Amino acid sequence: MMSSETMLLLTILVPLAAVIGIVGARRYPNLREAVSLTAALVLIYLTYNLYRLTESGVNVSWEGLQILPGLALFFNIEPLGQLFSLIGSFLWLITTVYSIGYMRGHQEENQTRFYLCFAIAISSVMGIAYAGNLFTLFIFYEILTLSTYPLVTHAGTEKAKLGGRVYLGILLTTSILFLLLAIIGTWYTAGTVDFRAGGVFDQSQKFAAAVLLPLYIFGIGKAAIMPFHRWLPAAMVAPTPVSALLHAVAVVKAGVFSVLKVCTYIFGFDLLGQLPTTEFLLYLAGASVIIASLVAMKQDNLKARLAYSTVSQLSYITVGALLANGAGALGGAMHIGMHAFGKITLFFCAGAIMVASHKTEISDMHGLGRRMPVTMAAFFIGSLSIIGLPPGGGTWSKWYLMIATIEADKLILMAVLMASSLLNIAYLLPIPIKGFLYPDPDAQGADKKIREAPLPSLIALSLTALGCIVLFVYPQPLYELATHFLEAAGLHGR
Amino acid sequence: MIEHLPILQVLVPLLGAPLCIIVRNPRMVGLFALSISTITFLVSCSLLQQVLQNGTIVYELGGWAAPWGIEYRIDYLNSYLLLLVSAMSAIVLVASQSSISRELPRNRHMLFYTAYLLCLTGLLGILCTGDAFNVFVFLEISSLSSYTLIALGNDRRALTAAYQYLIMGTIGATFIIIGVGLMYMMTGTLNMYDLAQRLPEVHNSKTVLSAIGFFIVGVCLKLALFPLHLWLPNAYAFAPSIATAFLAATSTKVAVYVLIRFIFSVVGPEFVDTVLPLQEIFVVLGVSGIFATSISAIYQLNIKRLFAYSSVAQIGYMILALAIGTPLGLTATLIHLFNHALMKAALFLAIGGVVYRVGSAQLSHFAGLGRQMPWTMAAIVAGGLSLIGVPLTVGFVSKWYLVLALLEKGWWPLTILVLISSLLALIYVWRIVEWVYFSSPRIVLDEVKDPPLSQLVPIYILVVANFYFGIDTSLTVGISKKAAEMLFGGVF
Repeated sequence: MMSSETMLLLTILVPLAAVIGIVGARRYPNLREAVSLTAALVLIYLTYNLYRLTESGVNVSWEGLQILPGLALFFNIEPLGQLFSLIGSFLWLITTVYSIGYMRGHQEENQTRFYLCFAIAISSVMGIAYAGNLFTLFIFYEILTLSTYPLVTHAGTEKAKLGGRVYLGILLTTSILFLLLAIIGTWYTAGTVDFRAGGVFDQSQKFAAAVLLPLYIFGIGKAAIMPFHRWLPAAMVAPTPVSALLHAVAVVKAGVFSVLKVCTYIFGFDLLGQLPTTEFLLYLAGASVIIASLVAMKQDNLKARLAYSTVSQLSYITVGALLANGAGALGGAMHIGMHAFGKITLFFCAGAIMVASHKTEISDMHGLGRRMPVTMAAFFIGSLSIIGLPPGGGTWSKWYLMIATIEADKLILMAVLMASSLLNIAYLLPIPIKGFLYPDPDAQGADKKIREAPLPSLIALSLTALGCIVLFVYPQPLYELATHFLEAAGLHGR
Repeated sequence: MIEHLPILQVLVPLLGAPLCIIVRNPRMVGLFALSISTITFLVSCSLLQQVLQNGTIVYELGGWAAPWGIEYRIDYLNSYLLLLVSAMSAIVLVASQSSISRELPRNRHMLFYTAYLLCLTGLLGILCTGDAFNVFVFLEISSLSSYTLIALGNDRRALTAAYQYLIMGTIGATFIIIGVGLMYMMTGTLNMYDLAQRLPEVHNSKTVLSAIGFFIVGVCLKLALFPLHLWLPNAYAFAPSIATAFLAATSTKVAVYVLIRFIFSVVGPEFVDTVLPLQEIFVVLGVSGIFATSISAIYQLNIKRLFAYSSVAQIGYMILALAIGTPLGLTATLIHLFNHALMKAALFLAIGGVVYRVGSAQLSHFAGLGRQMPWTMAAIVAGGLSLIGVPLTVGFVSKWYLVLALLEKGWWPLTILVLISSLLALIYVWRIVEWVYFSSPRIVLDEVKDPPLSQLVPIYILVVANFYFGIDTSLTVGISKKAAEMLFGGVF
């Protein structure tokens, strides 16, 4: 049995080691994908063991490489990071399976570069999840941005170039202009950038904290709060597996994960509740929830609609963090997991539809359920989870978020969340309903046969859809991790 | 032997330069220059080690005690820069053989290496000496030889660029000698240490005031502070690629050193503040320079010119950090001096590799090179990321210290301006990235591939250094801090 510190470092190094294997095996696609799959399996093993260890009360951390005086690379596992890393590693495996079907079915070029950048991105996700201070988090945050750029621009077309420009432009601009400034400001004000239970500021630093909070919230552009959300729809030019894992799970969740961590471990809920800027940001996030849902209604391109839906759902989590109470943090943390499974299912389905029937616009998808029943059924389940209806896991997280708005006495926000859920119904459910109930306009004779996506893709999307239901029936592990997160952050009670 | 190292530091390249003419053979002369440069590098390593162990080294030339004789003084500040300049010179020379053979006719190789070593002599001499007039002499040696280096460029516009630089450089040098002369007139000494002792007695005179004014303007011309930078973009653009890489990595850095040395060790920062609004001037020129030249860089069609403008912008950062007037600010300047040299040397050498294969540094000629020259282009991207200041690169360390120093001083608005300006770097770097990776190649020729190993190896030494010193900052930050404390402590 290796030491816990070694395992911690290996979670970051294993995906990087996979890069070497992927490049080495570039002439043998099967071997190359085997490398990715093995690395994903090893990563799951590692994160699961770390989970077991930390649940039994062991504190796992590693510090080294003093980059600037007093600022070292520091990893420290806490429950929220544990949750994020478990989801990230598990869904990496599923997405790799899916990619094998998708990338080959779609005859994409440069597949080696694709798998290589994917592995680097996952490595940085692990770095973000286990980061013990803001400095470490920032380093991996930027690596994640840069390693996903070649994935977004994978197609190499003019459109991909423009999309990449917006993607990198917004993510780097916000992180350099606001996040870096906020981190240096915190370092200068509080003398530390470590994540600590209850926050790092004291009461006398209230003014500085009030200034720093919006810098953090806008600086963490990956959380896609309006008006810095444009990069997410722009990133949809990427191949679907990228949109699925990175722009529904890894990258965006890295954003809201950072928001949650900053709100709890840097500010602390006591201070956060008192800051004058919190209120403003809370309503901005609320506006983001509703506006993004409204924009999603108008999108006919399926991936664009899903992207705006993601923007809206991310702001749910930001709202949860900014409400500064236990239920909000609990709901936010759980929604990271619930939304991940729901949204990745929807993206998998979108990709499957694209590969099998070459359709990208929603208005062309009438009657598609007859030819792609499994895909459409999975889409239906994923939609339920996103909306927050049983039997989808999203029910639970949205439940706690609602309670949080009541607890904080913010009835307007509660109305916003409810209205947005109604909008979710309006823009998600018609797709499977029309898919199953409407006649298929271009089905003639032989074309009526079932034509699903390649098998690996189909397996992947069925698994994640199943995951949505499992998380409804058996949400305990997620719930427990989220409550442990509350304890670690020093927020007892609800 | 070991106690003579300070003079050997200058003497070895000085003697090596004329010997290049004797060696003559185009192949041998490059190796000869490289070995000379390597020796100076080893000397500077040993000097740095001595300074770190025993503190300042004082060396009297010919045994004549100061102030009658010339004195060399090696302390934290100049031993750090000696290491930088000699290291950059040696690394660049490794790549020079093949690059020069493509850009210069064979009979000019020995001239190139002679001028190169003379330039190195001048730069090292400026760093070593503790004598104000000696600074002028070495400055002229380095300047005259760099005019020659630039004029050797195979584009005919190199001649006008060199001429432009000659005119501006001579004005700068004249101003410097006027400044030195006036100070000599008032104090009767040229030794910097002695000047520092005697200047306070004559502080009130207008002569000293004008001496300071002349000197500072002269140096600012040499270091290409906006708006005195007009000579630089053309000079860098049309010089042979190797010369550009060498000059960009060293010459402006040495000029910044002269400015720091003069302000802190000769005149004293408090005095400068009382007679000249230097802080305000430097802040305004620094910030406007950063913006004006970064924006110019965005519109350049020639990549060498683009990075030349970017160099002027980076000088703006150094001057801004210097203007903060705190030990932390000075530390930031010194860190960025080192870091910027690493970035620009890597970038210009990589561009040299493109010129070697493609024959041009026009942006449009970079179209589609991402596939044809993958390693070279990866190096340009890495250098560009460092320039933007992405974490784990040296650029990030520089930015961190600059922002921290600005916050410590309480200059919030400037902090934000600095961060905004670093996004301009993102724009001009990404323009190149898009040309390189998203456009289809102009010409599909088999001979367009990565340059030979003799160029790739030095390029990658520098790229790795960009990351290494971004992760292990103990050398750069450690020495910069010590040097800044020393200068603010008034010890020389």
